[in-house]
Amino acid sequence: MIELTRVSKEYPRRGAALRDISFQVGKGEFAFLTGHSGSGKSTTLRLIHMSEKPSRGRIRVAGYDSERISPREIWKVRRRVGFVFQDFRLLPGRTALENVAFALEVTGTPGKLIVPKAQRLLSQVGLAPKAGALVNELSGGEQQRVAVARALANEPVILLADEPTGNLDERATKGIVDLFFQLNAMGMAVLMATHDLELMRRRSHARVLELDEGRLVFDSANPDDSGPDSPTGRAS
Amino acid sequence: MSYALREALAAFRRAPVLTGLASAMVGMALYVVGLFGLVAYNLQTSLALLEERVEVVAYLRDDVRTEEIELAVAELREIPEVRGVEYVSKDRALEDARAEFPDFQQVFADLEVNPLPASLEVELQAGSRTEENVDRIAQVASAFPFVEEVTYGEEWVDRLFTLRRIGALTALIVGTAFAVVAALIIGTALRIAIFARRDEIYIMRLVGAKDAFVRRPFLLEGALAGLLGGALALALTWLTFRGVDSFLFTIAWIPAAWAGAGVAVAVVFGVAASSLAVRRHLREVT
Repeated sequence: MIELTRVSKEYPRRGAALRDISFQVGKGEFAFLTGHSGSGKSTTLRLIHMSEKPSRGRIRVAGYDSERISPREIWKVRRRVGFVFQDFRLLPGRTALENVAFALEVTGTPGKLIVPKAQRLLSQVGLAPKAGALVNELSGGEQQRVAVARALANEPVILLADEPTGNLDERATKGIVDLFFQLNAMGMAVLMATHDLELMRRRSHARVLELDEGRLVFDSANPDDSGPDSPTGRAS
Repeated sequence: MSYALREALAAFRRAPVLTGLASAMVGMALYVVGLFGLVAYNLQTSLALLEERVEVVAYLRDDVRTEEIELAVAELREIPEVRGVEYVSKDRALEDARAEFPDFQQVFADLEVNPLPASLEVELQAGSRTEENVDRIAQVASAFPFVEEVTYGEEWVDRLFTLRRIGALTALIVGTAFAVVAALIIGTALRIAIFARRDEIYIMRLVGAKDAFVRRPFLLEGALAGLLGGALALALTWLTFRGVDSFLFTIAWIPAAWAGAGVAVAVVFGVAASSLAVRRHLREVT
């Protein structure tokens, strides 16, 4: 489903953001991607989403290969990979329904199916009663649910989440993580970046990938390969 | 209504001052092109009238024989660019002069001998009155031994054609300059529109909208700006025409096909300019 092979990413000013990392996330798998700020979590997710190209190495996502795909075809990857962010990235001044409908409309859903499907997606994330509310009037947890509903618009097989609970209180965090696990139980692969160790402890059955200064230092699926000072290793 | 059209119209509704200003600037740029069209059309019409007067006159020696004249007329008529050849006898030349210059009646009455030569007036086909043709026919006429002199107003024919070339070149240079300005204005307006909608564009790409879909509203916006600008330019050109025609001197309005083509070109131009701008500025929204 997701396969990174010896991937490195360098930026002209910042230097190396990722150094020779390799891992796979299989179909229906749930994995936390953790590490300190600047460790390369967001860069990894952007590369998987093909928002950027790796400097070296190869990424395969849902059957698409970073070395072979043309820029004109990137949209095909994006429809197979949902993405949610810490800051929700919703369109202010529009309702929850309109935000989800927007994603459906711009990806070619026939006009008469847009509203029913948007309503169904909001129901799926438990937000049907707030469909008509402006997103800027919703709580953080509710806004993140709208973002998840939007990410599900194209029925993706992979969900990427970049610190999705970073702006949420404990209760909202639990609600969102529960939602991710529900989606995962339905067969969706989930890769969630977080540095919330407590969250990972509570979900100890999930796989953990840890980055440190752009290197993959721990993978709970292959614990023998993890470094001796792995913070997550200490946590688990 | 499609998403692209709705968004293109919404751009005008969301920022009416900005988009209106952009259209107005495009309109002003195209107005200058329109004025050039008006001037060019009237210049062309005037030049065409002047061109009609281009003819080659071969003055004949007094001792020319009738059969020689008939032979020359036949030979000149065989040239494809020649519409007709008229023989003007000495007597008719004097008659014409009397009619043309009534103030000199006494001078003509005192003449003992008719001093005016007979001539062959060679008229050219419409569309064939070029410098080269006039020169060539003048050379053919000069070659007859009984022809004393050939005139075709060399100086003013040369000036006429030079004027025409200068007019065409000026219109091309100024038109191109203003087209570049209009393209820059459309590009700037679209850059602002893209910046204003960067969140939407970002989300469109995030969820997998095709690039063509992302671009379409902006191309339509360019087409609308071109259409509005073209219509504004046409209206301003017409008002100018009415003003000049009513208060200064009589001029002709450009043909409807020119006006239609002008607006169509403005629309195509708007789309082309926005296409370039969108390609360039969409990269800034990642």
